[in-house]
Amino acid sequence: MEEYTLKPGQIGDPLNRVDGRLKVTGGARYAAEYNLPGITFGVLTTSTITKGRIRAIDTKAAEKAPGVLAVVTHKNSPKVPGYNAGTDNEGSRVYGQEFRVFYDDRIYYNNQPVALVIADTLERATYAASLVSVTYNEDKHQTNIKTQTEKAIKPERPEDYARGEANAYKKAPVRIEQDYHTPIHVHNPMEPHAATAVWETNDKVIVYNKAQGVKLAQKDIMKSFDLKAENVRIHSPFVGGAFGSSSRIWPQEMAAILGAKHVGRPVKVVLKRDQVFNMVGYRPRSIQKVGLGATADGKLIGVTHEAMGLTSTYEQFTERIVHPTKSLYSSPNLNAVYKLVPLDLSTPCWTRGPGESSGSFALESAMDELAYALNMDPLTLRLKNFADKDPENDKPWSSNFLKTCYEQGAERFGWSKRNPKPRSMRAGDMLVGMGMSAGIYKAERAPASARAKLLADGSLVVQSAAADVGPGTYTIMTQIAADTMGLPVGKVRFELGDSSFPQAPPQYGSHTTASVGSAVHDVCVALKQRLQELAINKQGSALYQASADDLVFADNAIRLKGRSNGVTYTEILKLNNLPELEVTKESKSGPEKETFSTKSFCATFIEVHVHPATGMVQVKRVVSAVDAGKIMNLKTARSQVLGSTIWGIGMALMEEGVIDHRFGRYMNKDLAEYHVPVCADTPDIDVILIDKPDPIVSPTGAKGIGEIGMVGFAAAVANAVYHATGKRIRELPITPDKLV
Amino acid sequence: MINFRYVRPTTRQACVTALVSDPTAQFIAGGTNLIDLMKRGVTAPEKVVDINALTLRSIDKQGSGIRIGALALNSAVADHPMIRQQQPLLTQALNAGASAQIRNMATMGGNMLQRTRCHYFYDTALPCNKREPGSGCGALEGFNRIHAIFGTSDRDPKTACIAVHPSDMCVALVALDATVLVTGPNGERRIPFVDFHRLPGNTPERDTNLERGELILAIDVPDNAFARHTHYLKVRDRNSYAFALVSVAAALDLSNSTIRDARLAMGGVAHKPWRLLDAEKALVGKPATEATFRQAADIAMQGAKAFEHNAFKIRMAPSSIVEALKTAARPA
Repeated sequence: MEEYTLKPGQIGDPLNRVDGRLKVTGGARYAAEYNLPGITFGVLTTSTITKGRIRAIDTKAAEKAPGVLAVVTHKNSPKVPGYNAGTDNEGSRVYGQEFRVFYDDRIYYNNQPVALVIADTLERATYAASLVSVTYNEDKHQTNIKTQTEKAIKPERPEDYARGEANAYKKAPVRIEQDYHTPIHVHNPMEPHAATAVWETNDKVIVYNKAQGVKLAQKDIMKSFDLKAENVRIHSPFVGGAFGSSSRIWPQEMAAILGAKHVGRPVKVVLKRDQVFNMVGYRPRSIQKVGLGATADGKLIGVTHEAMGLTSTYEQFTERIVHPTKSLYSSPNLNAVYKLVPLDLSTPCWTRGPGESSGSFALESAMDELAYALNMDPLTLRLKNFADKDPENDKPWSSNFLKTCYEQGAERFGWSKRNPKPRSMRAGDMLVGMGMSAGIYKAERAPASARAKLLADGSLVVQSAAADVGPGTYTIMTQIAADTMGLPVGKVRFELGDSSFPQAPPQYGSHTTASVGSAVHDVCVALKQRLQELAINKQGSALYQASADDLVFADNAIRLKGRSNGVTYTEILKLNNLPELEVTKESKSGPEKETFSTKSFCATFIEVHVHPATGMVQVKRVVSAVDAGKIMNLKTARSQVLGSTIWGIGMALMEEGVIDHRFGRYMNKDLAEYHVPVCADTPDIDVILIDKPDPIVSPTGAKGIGEIGMVGFAAAVANAVYHATGKRIRELPITPDKLV
Repeated sequence: MINFRYVRPTTRQACVTALVSDPTAQFIAGGTNLIDLMKRGVTAPEKVVDINALTLRSIDKQGSGIRIGALALNSAVADHPMIRQQQPLLTQALNAGASAQIRNMATMGGNMLQRTRCHYFYDTALPCNKREPGSGCGALEGFNRIHAIFGTSDRDPKTACIAVHPSDMCVALVALDATVLVTGPNGERRIPFVDFHRLPGNTPERDTNLERGELILAIDVPDNAFARHTHYLKVRDRNSYAFALVSVAAALDLSNSTIRDARLAMGGVAHKPWRLLDAEKALVGKPATEATFRQAADIAMQGAKAFEHNAFKIRMAPSSIVEALKTAARPA
């Protein structure tokens, strides 16, 4: 890595989180913590069947319970005009009809909300919710994709892709063909989903929720209730983890809004942990077939990837499961097919590396299997099939340091010391395995706006309707603004999570830094421009009639190059009699971006120890080398890769949402039984950030880092387990029972 | 609200009386399991009898053993120098259980009385003969990966139960020949640990042989010669805060390389901590070799019966027994 000399707060500086103190002292308020005057508490009663109709719903006992204000069901719910309008499938992100809360008597999935009990305390509402008595006309349901594969359909928004000849791998001298399975993952952020709704007037609502996109939430609610933008306000300044699960409006928001309308008071709805499993999406189970064919010396000739995912019966959720396959390796022939199996479950939702994480497990496991079939080192095989340009569309890469990731990762890991023979390496009683994988993830940039306000005291407030669900957006936006403006970070406050702020894209798809970061950068450049004009054009200014080319911005001031005389930002405002100076700017990519393929890349190297007697797997070492463009903050960026790694360990070894298909109910719907890694499962993680600016994606050179570390990760673990044991596990997670 | 009365008597007798006087009353100590069960609607006592005012926290040398008060915290017992030196198997088992935070709250008596983690027991929308006698067993033909392979009730659907007892500590205590001292409406009595928990039989709603109103006072762990050769092996889906798929408590008394005496028990395989007396007998007098251990493991597995999702336990349990014995046999 290049040597750095970073000034505090400069872009790249591993600045501590600017909101860290607020978070650890309880000063950061989360969605469930808005105890507004007159607040009431809504608790959902949910279905105990999976499919059918409500025959009768008896709310009398609940209504009579102490403290209860009302029970909202499909029989008395305020109407949602947008529900009747049908889904605008042009504009919606998921094809189909969204789940309609308290709309009719239909049950589409188990644990579906059927009533909202509103009371003066949470305890009273919780109790009364248990008194709502529902009887059903039950229909036969199907929740198991494995038994329903013949019902697979081609989605309305297909992801299928082909180049060259289909199934060309079958004719190759060396080939493999295998099936791979990934389970349901539930996002399970620490903070359960919550919403508090207040109707200020009959047609003006404020919602405090956890949102990855406040503008998106605003738009969804505007559409549902036929309201104007200025009449829907979303507040979501702090989010305790989301991972995709807060990227659309869910039952808790709708129930709170409908409940508040019904009782004429603010209503707060907080999901219980088991409701988080059913109501806010999940990563769908996948069944995938990968066929790879190569020449005897390891050049890919044909790649086939057939993926099947599950969705609900009312929407078609599609994800980018075949995307890594399309672009990661150069193969003249490739065909990818993606089908959906509609089941009696709630609609899945984007989940960290949505599609790429599951798809890359299949692809990168298959590459390892091909390497063994070829008797070739898996890293050599990947280098041999490195794509010089994006094979999906023949566009040049905007930047691609995957080879650097391979090289530096392998070097740091000591890949050359690996004996390729399975079950050949030991440490005491433990079987040692080493595996690797590659990852690719889109590096996008969406239009974004930011408002910069320079205040009389020389401090700067920058606002954008972005989100910070944990990656450190507050911090890096502060850094970008401070660096661009020549201000110390202490003088900059970045604000987000309010739908009244200028437009920003939601925080998913790893594109906040490239999008909002660019807007923050550009608005600060525009503000500097304004300040410069004011400084040059104002009589009495030390820079009056100076030439713009001679000026530099640093240390709260504009100065003449190489000279000490200048004028501070505060003085410029004062001289011009301005209480403050505000600039708003929209920022977006130019047309040249369309001529490039823009992606982030990674290479992951894993060492596992497998206990032969018990089948327990311990990940002992992780080296994750990531090309995510220019790094804005070395600490928060590293933390993103640590998070991906830990989830990657969970995906590889333990995470699985288990449903008893006879009942359609989750078996492990709490954090004791839905296993995610604990500290004892997490080794030292060595993160290599290549840190080279991408000249195309964004003016700061950033690509995106939130998800790339997960892509391919689980395969690297599975490959290491194979190397340790000689046993290839093609169905995640790799729990001890699969290895004894 | 589901209100309940809360009482905190200061004498043993008053605790027992408070419980007996109300058919739904339950004792509470650390509350690490009861509170969860109440929140989930699995249990709804109308009275909760807090026993924390009783002086039952001490850990003392008593005669030829150690007496551990029923209210001693799991973490305090695990870290007690006398336990660590003389009964290391108990320390190992305690530290394998739950999380540090839970061990700091959970008591010895409470640990013994924790309920199963069977998914069907916890979901009031699903059948469970243990929670609701006669409603059926969801696990029998359901998701039974964590369930029992020994001593199950699986013939009559109205009484079937294939749940396992979740404790790690109890696996060590049953291996160590502990005795439970209880008091109750009919006075004090001593229950051998191996008889404290029970198989489901026709009454899976009963986890133990305690009579209504009986209160655990202490656990007596007799002295033994195993301290240098013990091992608690826990196989689980993650390295902490996960219940055992299979666990093994192994203790050996070795003379040169010959096994003078042995104790062996398993967790995660039955409705009670599963003592392996026949396997122990097969170890005594034999050389401490892998072959001996394998033989014992084979004996231990006799009568095992798997269900759809837990067949792996039939492979995992014997290899874990061998592994635990091998580790225990290593020089201390």
